This record gives sequence, C-alpha cells and structure tokens, in this order.
Amino acid sequence: MTAADLAIVVDKLSRRFGKFNAVDNVSFDVRRGEVFGFLGSNGAGKSTTIRMLCGLLKPTSGRALVDGIDVGADPEGVKRRIGYMSQKFSLYELLTVDQNITFYAGLYGLTGERLARRRQFVLEMGGLKGRERALARTLSGGWRQRLALGCALLHEPPILFLDEPTGGVDPVSRREFWRLIDDLSAGGTTVLVTTHYLDEAERCDRVAVIHAGKLATIGTVAELKSVFDNRLLLELRARDPVAVMSALDQMPGVEKTSLFGTAVHAVFGSRTLKAEEVRATLEQRGLQVASIEPVAPSLEDVFLDIVDRESTKGAA
Amino acid sequence: MRRAWAVAIKELRQIRRDRRSLLILVFIPALFLFLYGYALNFDIRHVSLAVQDRDSTAESRAVTAAFVHSTYFDVTTEIATDADVVTLMDADRVRTVLVIPEGFAQKIRSGDTAVLQVIINGDNANSATTIVGYVDALLRDLSARMTAGNVRAIQAPIIGAAPRIWYNPELRSTLFLVPGLVAYISMITAVVSTAMSIVREKELGTMEQIRMSPMSNLSFVVGKTLPYLVLSQISALIVILAAMWLFGLPMRGNWGTLSLVTALFLVGALGTGLLVSTIADTQQVAFQAAMLIAFLPTFMLSGFLFPIASMPVVLQYITTIVPAKYFLVALRGVVLKGLELHEVWRPIGALVIYAVVVLGLSALRLARR
Repeated sequence: MTAADLAIVVDKLSRRFGKFNAVDNVSFDVRRGEVFGFLGSNGAGKSTTIRMLCGLLKPTSGRALVDGIDVGADPEGVKRRIGYMSQKFSLYELLTVDQNITFYAGLYGLTGERLARRRQFVLEMGGLKGRERALARTLSGGWRQRLALGCALLHEPPILFLDEPTGGVDPVSRREFWRLIDDLSAGGTTVLVTTHYLDEAERCDRVAVIHAGKLATIGTVAELKSVFDNRLLLELRARDPVAVMSALDQMPGVEKTSLFGTAVHAVFGSRTLKAEEVRATLEQRGLQVASIEPVAPSLEDVFLDIVDRESTKGAA
Repeated sequence: MRRAWAVAIKELRQIRRDRRSLLILVFIPALFLFLYGYALNFDIRHVSLAVQDRDSTAESRAVTAAFVHSTYFDVTTEIATDADVVTLMDADRVRTVLVIPEGFAQKIRSGDTAVLQVIINGDNANSATTIVGYVDALLRDLSARMTAGNVRAIQAPIIGAAPRIWYNPELRSTLFLVPGLVAYISMITAVVSTAMSIVREKELGTMEQIRMSPMSNLSFVVGKTLPYLVLSQISALIVILAAMWLFGLPMRGNWGTLSLVTALFLVGALGTGLLVSTIADTQQVAFQAAMLIAFLPTFMLSGFLFPIASMPVVLQYITTIVPAKYFLVALRGVVLKGLELHEVWRPIGALVIYAVVVLGLSALRLARR
C-alpha cells in the first residue's frame, strides 16, 4: 500500500493536559474510502484524538497527516479538507433549513453555481425538499441529523469526521443514516466515526479501540473477534443471574463473566469444557439454569474483554 | 472577509427572529434611561417646611413668603412652641424648620444683622447640603431686595464672590447624570449581548463547528461583532436623543464627533463582551461575569455618580482602566461644552487603546489550541 492510499496517518501521537496523558503514543492508519470506527469509553481519548486530527488541538508530540497535510504544521489546510459533524447537530435553531445551508456554505467560501449544486445535493440527500423554509428547530431528530451531515459535506471534503453522530435519533433514522454513510464511502469519501453503539461499530470496515489514552486494538471486526478463537463463550439464562455469575466466578477456567440484558456471558480460557458440564456444576450447587449454550462473540464481548485486559494491565 | 460577511448575515437573521434579543438591544436601553433619569435626580423640590414666626411683622412674613415662592419649600405647618419642633422633626413630618425670633424686624430697621434659625434634617447629608444652598441663596436675594427697598439692612461683606456656573447654569443634576447614564446603559447592553451570543454558540456546539471550518478567528470576531456594533450604535443614539427630549440634554458640539466617540466606546465594550465569552462556558456564567465587569466599574468608578477626584488614591489608579471614564469625559465635553474633535483627543486615544487591548486579549484566547 502506498502513502497515497492512506487518508489518515497517525504516528506516535500524544497530547498531555498538565500531567494527564489524554492521548498517549497512538499510531494507526486509515485507508481511503474506508469507514473507520473509533471506539472507547467516555474520557478514553476519542474526542481529543479527533480534535487533533481536525487541527483544533496541537499535538504535544508525534505527528498526524490528514489527506497528506501535517495537522501540527498546517491546521488551516486540514480544515479545508475535512468535514465534521458532532452529536449536537450544530444547527442554528432560529434559521431556516436554507439559511443554515447558506451560512455553512459561506464559511467555506462556496458561491455561484457550486453553491447551487451543493445546496441541491444536501436537500436531496437529507430528504429536505419542500422544507427549505422550515425553521431548523421545527425539524425532528432524523432530519436535523441529515441536515447537519449535509452541512458538513457542502464543500465536498475527501475525509469526514463523525463524532457520535446518531445520539438521540430513532432506530429508523439511524439505519437511514448508516445507509448514507455507506453511500459516501462507496463514493470514495473516507469516514472516521466514533460511536457508543457497538452494533454500529460492526458496520465499520475496521475498528480501533482506545482505552485510557492508548490504542488497545485495531483491525476488522472479524479480526477483533478472533481473540475468542481459542476460548469458549457461553450464554446462560437463569432465574437468578447474579447468583449464577458469582458461582461462575468461583469456577476454575472462567476468565470473565458479564451481564448482557437478562443473560450472563461467561468466557472460558479453553474450549475443552462443554456447556453441559458447566450446567451440571451449577445445578450441583442448587442453581437453576434455564438454558446454556455456546454463542459467537459480539463486538460488545470483545470490547469488554479489551477494557478488562487493559485495566488489569494498568493496575499491574 | 466574505466569510466574516456570512457570519454577520447569519447573526442579523438570528437577531431578527429572536424578538427578545432585539427588544433588549434596542428598546430596553431607552426604557432604562427613562426610569433611571427620573429616579436618579439630586435636585430637591417641595421640601416640607414648618415655620415658627415669633415676630409677626411685615418683614417676618416677607421671609416666609420668599421661602414659599421659591417653590423649593412647602409650608406645611405653623408652629407655636419649641416642643412642637422636636415632635415634627422626630416624626419626619417636616424636614426643615424656620424660626424667626422676636425683634427680627426691629434689628433690620436699626441696621443690625438679623439672625434666623433654620433647622435641617441631616439624615441625608446630600439633600441637607442642597437645602443649605437653597436657604443661602434665598436669604442673599432677600437681603438685596430689602436693602434696595431703602431699608438699612444687613451689612454687605467687604469681599463678595459673584459665582457664575458654566455649561449648566441652573446646576441641574440631570445634565451631569444623563451622560453617565448613556455610558452605563450602552456598556451593559453591548457587553451582555455580545458575551451571550457567543456563549450561546458554545452551548449549541455551533462554535465548535465553526472552528472546524477554515475561517480565521479575525473573520469570526469581525462578523460576530459588526451587527452588534451597528445595533448598539443605533441604540446609543436613541438613548442620547431620548435624553435630549426628556431631560433637556443640550447638543452643543458636533454629531460626527459624538458618533465617533460613541462608536469607539462601543467597540471596546463589544471587545469586553468577547473577552468574557472566551472565559465563560455557559450563558449563566457569562451573564454574571458580564454584569460584574460592565456594571460595577461603570457605575462606581467612571465618575458617573462619584467624583473620581474624591476617591482614595488606589481607586483613582484603578479608574484608569475603566473605559466609561474616558467616554464620559468626551461625551460631557462634546454635548455640554461643545468641544471639537481635536479637543477630546486624549479620551479618544484612551478609548482606542482600551479597544485594542481587549480585542487583542480575546484574539489570543481564541487562538489557543
């Protein structure tokens, strides 16, 4: 792969606030046209990384190239090449749909024929035709989200940053939104998206997980799930899931238990154990088990596993 | 600058839709002037007066009449005994008592100095001083008339001053106060409106969105403050016109000079609002900070109400950084004295320095990353 195929190159990037290492020696690449997911708990360093990549925050050390431009040296150059949309759907409530578009187009210096063409694009993409004169505050969540996305795309940026873009939006609109993201990616736009929703992360070409300022893992969703290849993941349903969890924690070979809704997920260090053996052990202790079966790991299992591993590493 | 223009247009469209902001910006200042203008008035009329005339002569009645005709005093009671004086003053039914002793007329006729007793309630030192002034002027005038009436009266002092008050011959306190009000009201509206409008963008997240765009901080600041500069300039002129119409504020100078001085003061005030917005993250904090920074110094340390010369030395130094102080000097100079542009260059220079410093500080804070 040549450098021209890479939309974003992050090389040993760090940012300190006083004594606090918000981002600590992080390196990764994002390929052109890729949908790249950026996961992490709150305060893990996602936003700080994005703000550095957008040229808003100066790196303390390390380097990042966005569309070939060094973010530390030429933040203004970076800003011309990126689109940004945050969970706040930053629109002016007292302006109409059309006035919001005009304003954001003005920020990027769009005029004349190009402005007319891009305006048309945003209205069509957002399904906002016929609502040009509606005040932004009268739009529902889904429409606001699509208008905000449209405003971020007015200047046709090759790279798009989405910071938790689906917060507070209904499931149908979320689906619709991700369809738009796929279209953009197919059209060659690189998309870097942070999200809390792990089902959304499954739709990304590749995912990076950041924990306590450090890059914990990176790869395709399948690659990330491969950490479970030599382990056994059991899903149990029981009347008293909490009691089952504490019983499992006592059992040899159990690495981790966690609650998934009303079910319990238990991770075993090897695949030698059988589900029925576990059920027998639990029932010996007088615990009722309604069902127990091996399941394929979800991204949530992977995420919890990583956080767990990184936390013990940090404590050691 | 085309980007600054985009921001300015957006801002105007927002203000137009936001009736409340528009009202606060343009009409509330005029209302403020109206309320403060009538409430803040150091002139005293219709002081309640009790008279104890122990002489009961034509001369003594002439004295009482002079008090009544002055319109400064209203005679509410005639007093018979000394005990009544204490009762009335204690109950605050009268604020001044005039006692004309027996033999008052006799003394005047024989050419001696006749002495009157005037008792004034001193619980409000300001009004007491004012009343003493009225009484002095009244009696001087009365003595002159009696002397002219060919009655040998009170001996004239050998050295007498003939004071002449310039710019405000009637010593109306409104002429002194109204320019201060103009400064005070303009400062508050300008600082609060800019600070709030920028912090609102922070809360909405649009500020971050704008910072992600390739627009320079300078364009943002220009685009953001230009509409408020125009609106607050209009609002300040409305206040000045209202002051002329309601309180008889004269306009002895040049409108061009006045507009320039006002605009410079407002640029500084808008810059102050901008600086506040770089520190505050919520509208509530911004409002409190803006009020503190705009209101207190303008009210206390600008020479609006309290003469700077009579402040402790430390405070006098602090007033150096209060922009309203210079605006007041220039405004009073242009409006009351009719000074020309080259005669108010010092306060103008100070206003320019203030504006450059606040705008520079805000730009530095905005550029941090």
